Amino acid sequence: MSCWQTVQDYGLRAIGLGERLLPTTDITLCHQFTLIGSGLIWNVYFGAMALVLGFSMSLALAVGKASTNPFLRVPADWFIFVFRGSPLFIQFFLAYEAFVLLPRNGIDINLIFVEITAETRWLTRAWAGALIVLFLNTSAYAGEIFYGALRSVPKGDLEAADAYGMTGWAKFRRVTLPCTLRLAWPSYTNEAIFLFHATTLVFFSGFPAWRQQGDALYYAKYFADKTFNPFVPYPIVAAYFICLTLLLIWVFGAAHRRLNRHLAPESRPRLRMRMQLVR
Amino acid sequence: MFQFCTDPALLSDTRWMLCYLTSPKHIAFYYSFGTVLGLLAITAPCALLLGFGGAVAMRSRIAPVRWFGRGYTSMVRGIPDIVFFLFMPIAVDQAIEWVRHKIKCPDWVDPVRQGNDFVVCDAAKLPLSNASAWVHDLHGVFLAVLAFSIVFGAFAANVLSGAMNAVPRAQMETAEAYGMTPRQSFWRILVPQMWVYALPGLSNLWQILIKATPLLFLLGITDIVYWARELGGAKTSTFTYPHPDWRLYYFLFLLVFYLSLTSVSERLFKRAMVKLSHGQATMAGEAQRKADTNQVTA
Repeated sequence: MSCWQTVQDYGLRAIGLGERLLPTTDITLCHQFTLIGSGLIWNVYFGAMALVLGFSMSLALAVGKASTNPFLRVPADWFIFVFRGSPLFIQFFLAYEAFVLLPRNGIDINLIFVEITAETRWLTRAWAGALIVLFLNTSAYAGEIFYGALRSVPKGDLEAADAYGMTGWAKFRRVTLPCTLRLAWPSYTNEAIFLFHATTLVFFSGFPAWRQQGDALYYAKYFADKTFNPFVPYPIVAAYFICLTLLLIWVFGAAHRRLNRHLAPESRPRLRMRMQLVR
Repeated sequence: MFQFCTDPALLSDTRWMLCYLTSPKHIAFYYSFGTVLGLLAITAPCALLLGFGGAVAMRSRIAPVRWFGRGYTSMVRGIPDIVFFLFMPIAVDQAIEWVRHKIKCPDWVDPVRQGNDFVVCDAAKLPLSNASAWVHDLHGVFLAVLAFSIVFGAFAANVLSGAMNAVPRAQMETAEAYGMTPRQSFWRILVPQMWVYALPGLSNLWQILIKATPLLFLLGITDIVYWARELGGAKTSTFTYPHPDWRLYYFLFLLVFYLSLTSVSERLFKRAMVKLSHGQATMAGEAQRKADTNQVTA
């Protein structure tokens, strides 16, 4: 069987298209590359969706944490503390067990005029349940990053905004927010990289891989168990993830350049990827 | 454990709970918290040592050593740590068995890898197939500690090499001016001063290490996650203590355990930072000095 045939059969296996049975005998290098690559779809899905959804949530958390109103500050504080202080692995398990306990037939929500049934079954499936956990988790981490940046917005910038007569939302949107993003961006890039790494945990933590549709590491472990040779599948995952990381750095670097485009070329900070340990 | 626990079915609710929570399996569950803390206690110094080695290797004047150091420190940057946790134990295990196989059975002709199998002679198996169960357990724990140490050593090397670079250059120049050899200035000037720069990173690393301990479960060790799943699962009336699915509560308990562990260690690190900043040429150290002199003058 040619390698192209394998790619056709298994290239989209992770989302349920193509051959149903996973290869069990005569596992070739091509099989491993194709299936692990197809599993990467899930990693990208989880990572990208959690980042996109979590971005506004994390900004809200940062503003909440920096607020003087205790009704905003205390919940934001606790949210960040709980999600940053506990292992993601435990959060996955906890969320899964909680979702399983929900009634199978859905919850009847009685609004005064009409009764609707909220479906709960999909919450126990990885695509939704794990995404919710990752979304909340990355919101907490990024919220802490943005909070730190929000507090280090230069005083002069805020005074200048005052001098222009900006207040409230206009001041926040046009001065505080861009400055916060600019300051937080290197750390946020780092958080995004670690978030993509964290997506490999999904199928090892309670959430079952439905019809063997798993992520890159799920298939790598499958091959390592089948061939009893860890030296091929794991380096393949590693290579894929290095590419993914480089791609992320490139995308975030472009955003970083855009955030700093108002500065004189020689004073623009470069996005230096020094490893920061935020997770 | 208690006298009245002989027939749990007849007990009142509080007594039943008391008996339930002190059943032998629960005692094992409580001991597994010790396993986690023990792993932390062993891994942290090992990782620090490896990290120190990695950071020193990065500064080496011998190019291959430097390359090795760079490769080691940057490997955790692009690759998820869980890949290493799955890869390391089995890879190290096979490597050791392969070496033993080469030494102990030199006249073995068959290839070690036969299709989907990894076959070594019986004498090379580690642990030996006739070894008792605890040897197998210990072997598993050893491999887990090794995997954790290597991965977190790479993280620590990042932190320590950053800290070494952060020590003001003037300090090292002064050491040279006093006629210290590179070795002397490294051990007497650089190493004592780097800790204050390394501490924020190391504190972060410690938190990450704490949060990585539930991954022990993936390495097949009977840790707290294993017991929480085992004990929390629904038990039918054939069991001594039948109950519905309580895994949610067990995992909530683990969540609280980890939250308290991280918040306590955060406080301890804050205190250590205050101690270490004393007399250092950093902002925090300067602030302390000013506060002290103000007190004296006032």
